[in-house]
Amino acid sequence: MADKTEHKKVQNDKKQEGLVIGNDARTFIESMMNIDNGDADKDYRANSLFRFTMRRILRQRSAVIGGLILLFLILVATFAPVIAPFDPNFVLIGHEDVKRRTDPCIHLLGCPEDQPQHILGTDGNVRDVFSRVIFGTRVSLFVGFSTVGVAIIVGTLLGALGGFLGGWVDNAIMRVMDVLLAFPSLLLAIAIVAVLGHGLQNALLAIAIVSIPVYARVVRASVLSVKEQEYVSASRALGGSQMHILFRRILPNAVPPLIVQGTLGIATAILDAAALSFLGLGAQPPTAEWGTMLGTERNQIFTAPHLVFFPGLAIMITVLAFNLLGDGLRDAIDPRLKN
Amino acid sequence: MTQYTIRRILYSIPVIFGILLVTFVMARAIPGDPCTAMLGEKATQEICERFNHEQGFDKPVIVQFWIYMKSVFAGDFGNSIRYSRPVTKILLERLPTTIELGLIALFLAVIVGIPAGIISAVHRNTPVDVGVMIAANTGVSMPVYWLGLVLAYVFALLLKDTPFWLPPSGRISAGVSAIPFYEVFQWEAIEGTTKYTFMEFFANMYVFNSIITHDWVVLLDVIKHLILPSVALSTIPLAIIARMTRSSMLEVLRQDYIRTARAKGLFERFVILKHALRNALLPVITIIGLQVGTLFAGAVLTETIFGFAGVGRMLFEAITARDFPIVQGFTIVIAIGYVGVNLLVDLSYVFIDPRIRLD
Repeated sequence: MADKTEHKKVQNDKKQEGLVIGNDARTFIESMMNIDNGDADKDYRANSLFRFTMRRILRQRSAVIGGLILLFLILVATFAPVIAPFDPNFVLIGHEDVKRRTDPCIHLLGCPEDQPQHILGTDGNVRDVFSRVIFGTRVSLFVGFSTVGVAIIVGTLLGALGGFLGGWVDNAIMRVMDVLLAFPSLLLAIAIVAVLGHGLQNALLAIAIVSIPVYARVVRASVLSVKEQEYVSASRALGGSQMHILFRRILPNAVPPLIVQGTLGIATAILDAAALSFLGLGAQPPTAEWGTMLGTERNQIFTAPHLVFFPGLAIMITVLAFNLLGDGLRDAIDPRLKN
Repeated sequence: MTQYTIRRILYSIPVIFGILLVTFVMARAIPGDPCTAMLGEKATQEICERFNHEQGFDKPVIVQFWIYMKSVFAGDFGNSIRYSRPVTKILLERLPTTIELGLIALFLAVIVGIPAGIISAVHRNTPVDVGVMIAANTGVSMPVYWLGLVLAYVFALLLKDTPFWLPPSGRISAGVSAIPFYEVFQWEAIEGTTKYTFMEFFANMYVFNSIITHDWVVLLDVIKHLILPSVALSTIPLAIIARMTRSSMLEVLRQDYIRTARAKGLFERFVILKHALRNALLPVITIIGLQVGTLFAGAVLTETIFGFAGVGRMLFEAITARDFPIVQGFTIVIAIGYVGVNLLVDLSYVFIDPRIRLD
């Protein structure tokens, strides 16, 4: 037991110097293998980085649960037109005999057969809420992936440049990042949207901007941790160009922490985008976006609570999926945090 | 120690400078000229020319920034377009509400979050731990405004005729009024003086005001109004604090000195609360400092839902009404407040962790 703790400590120290996650697959696997002595023999059979990493991830309960929910959401988003009984913006007046804001009606659960079935009820414009919630999955997943994608690309470039070049470039970039971090992120996003004007595109841009500093810092930290490593010097001695060294030798180290941070970042981005839409600053009606749906019907909370309840539940489940997945990935990829 | 303090304070100067620069650039980035942005519909050509000259907008950008910095440091954020009143005045009226709400939410988050995290860490991998962590994960994933609305539905509608009924909006019931403490104590208060503004600021925190004036009826009413918004606002910080406490405690409980303490035969409770907790708290305090930002942003949403006339709701209304001077002034004050709180948190380490003094 004491031996194991000791070993872990050594591992931690190594990790802090950036030795653990080496740039090529071999060192990565070998360093990972040392974490759990008990599994060392078994893990040795894992001969590809992918298989090895997958196995570690699958051992994390939260990652598996989060991943399954996410898979489900992706399927829902992909097959939205098949699942949803109506077009999200289809107004049912004239099509069926339904009123505004009717309660959920499910025939199987005892709702009268002569009443048209709307399993989550209808909204203030007599649209099918279930269809809108289903199509909302597309918007939210798009919001999450696009904002974090942009933020990761910009953040990686800035962090890599700063860490690699050092000196005044690094200083300038990091001071700008400090200033962005000095604002509470949702508040800065609100202020940016206030300047740019309301709308989903501007909201996405605002959220992408406020999430850049996190990724810039993550990348800069991993660049700094390996910049002086021998294999980097070796690559330089072999005549590798600056670009080659940065992109092929140094940056791959930043991939694992970026994946973890990115997954958790998507959760925040979806939550913030929904908040902006709720305030009327993001997606505009009639877009089937959960935050917008909640915001436009929030005064109906006492008369038609289902109009508020279901979109919010959808936001929560989606955000939870990314949070669980991110936590699980972190525990799998970054064993320091594994308890 | 003094060196550390000075260094840390000096570090925040460029950040504050940056905040001013960002808000300055924002004001200039608004489509149309600053005059239209600042004066809104009132802006005719003639008024604009005079306004531009008065505000120095016809001068070079550098000079404009200098003027802007000077006025911000003098506490002048211009006039609100909608209310035609100084932004600073509006801010001083609205801040107490938000500070009170935020402090109560933070208090809830700390007194529930830290024990939850400790219990979770001590009973690691038991159903209790799993339960707490599921709750915490759900907590961080919940939209604040949604939770607020659901709480309002449950406590104001479903529990209407029970003793658990809670008001869904407002700070105080109609018919109940909080008499400012300076009137109760018959202190001299002349409107417009700094002393008056100062006293009014504190009198506007109803909980504080009713406690010092011993007005228990008002206190009960105010607290009833505060429960739902502060619970909604505290969820995310609470969950984050609980998770941080748990992982920090687990880290500390692995240390050798904990084993030593146990080997000495100390009571487990004593080991946990005295030996482990003290060291585990440092990262938790950092996280608590960072939650102030979450609270301010959450206040925009919570105050909007619960009809609280605080900074957050004002900010939301100002954005909808395109009242840019308010957005700008409020953003600066909140950001500087956030930097200030985190500075204090960093400085508090000196007292909490003696090792830092040696640096």
